[in-house]
Amino acid sequence: MSDTPADAHGHEHPKHELSHYAKRIYAIRDLLVEKGVLTEKDIQCQVEYQEARSPANGSKLVAHAWVDSAFKARLIADPKAACAEMGIDAAAVNEFVILENTEKVRHMVVCTLCSCYPRPILGRPPDWYKSFNYRQRAVVDPRGVMREFGLDLPDDVEVRVHDSTADIRYLVLPLRPKGTEGHSEADLAQLVTRDSMIGVTDALPTIPE
Amino acid sequence: MNSQAGKFKPGDRVTVKLEDRPGHIRTPWYIRGKTGWIERVYGDFLNPESLAYGRDGLPKRTLYLVAFNQADVWDRTAGPTDKVLVDIYEHWLDRTQ
Repeated sequence: MSDTPADAHGHEHPKHELSHYAKRIYAIRDLLVEKGVLTEKDIQCQVEYQEARSPANGSKLVAHAWVDSAFKARLIADPKAACAEMGIDAAAVNEFVILENTEKVRHMVVCTLCSCYPRPILGRPPDWYKSFNYRQRAVVDPRGVMREFGLDLPDDVEVRVHDSTADIRYLVLPLRPKGTEGHSEADLAQLVTRDSMIGVTDALPTIPE
Repeated sequence: MNSQAGKFKPGDRVTVKLEDRPGHIRTPWYIRGKTGWIERVYGDFLNPESLAYGRDGLPKRTLYLVAFNQADVWDRTAGPTDKVLVDIYEHWLDRTQ
């Protein structure tokens, strides 16, 4: 927020005209600080924590699970401990569950009520994940949504849509693409996209240019 | 997660209560009144319907992963074995034969 001026009470607000909801958020933030519920430092630390998360954490987990079946078993049995093993801090996730895709089963995650998402692992969700369009269509027509992401599944593959409505956060473990036997773990991680960990599509077949 | 919790076990058939309650409800409308089965017992959690209003969330409620056939939830379905799975707290579920 370096292009925004600091105002009289010590922090920065954007210069441009704010929407109704943006104004409300800033008013709530000011009140929380004024009443001593949170400090400016708490808010800044949380912003920095969120900004530091990215899908690369998930890609690292998935690629390691692909090359090490014992790690994959540990990841499924105790995801938080497996994250810690890889140097990924998952302590902030309430409960964390891995959904393993197979040739015959594909998982897809949505939160129809809001935008529940494994943020401590993947960072902030993409805007489409929070849209009414995705949240409605993911449960009604998951195959149609997957087709739009480039995945057209035959009828004998079971689609399991998880509506993440409560305390559990889900991460899909996508299938390892065929023909990647010789890939290094770092190369494999490049195939593991954010969208493949939400489950709307498979991992990439080849490393992007 | 405490898998010993709750009155239902995996495989039990359950129906989601068809109720309209005011407040912060984590049971989506489209699944109310639908019948499925317990897929997994997640354990006991503070009740979000209480936490949302600054209360203590007690007593804890058992949370389940409940599975439904897509065909039982919507009129339309593409894959014959497709499922929708929803995390639902015990006080929203009734045992069904």
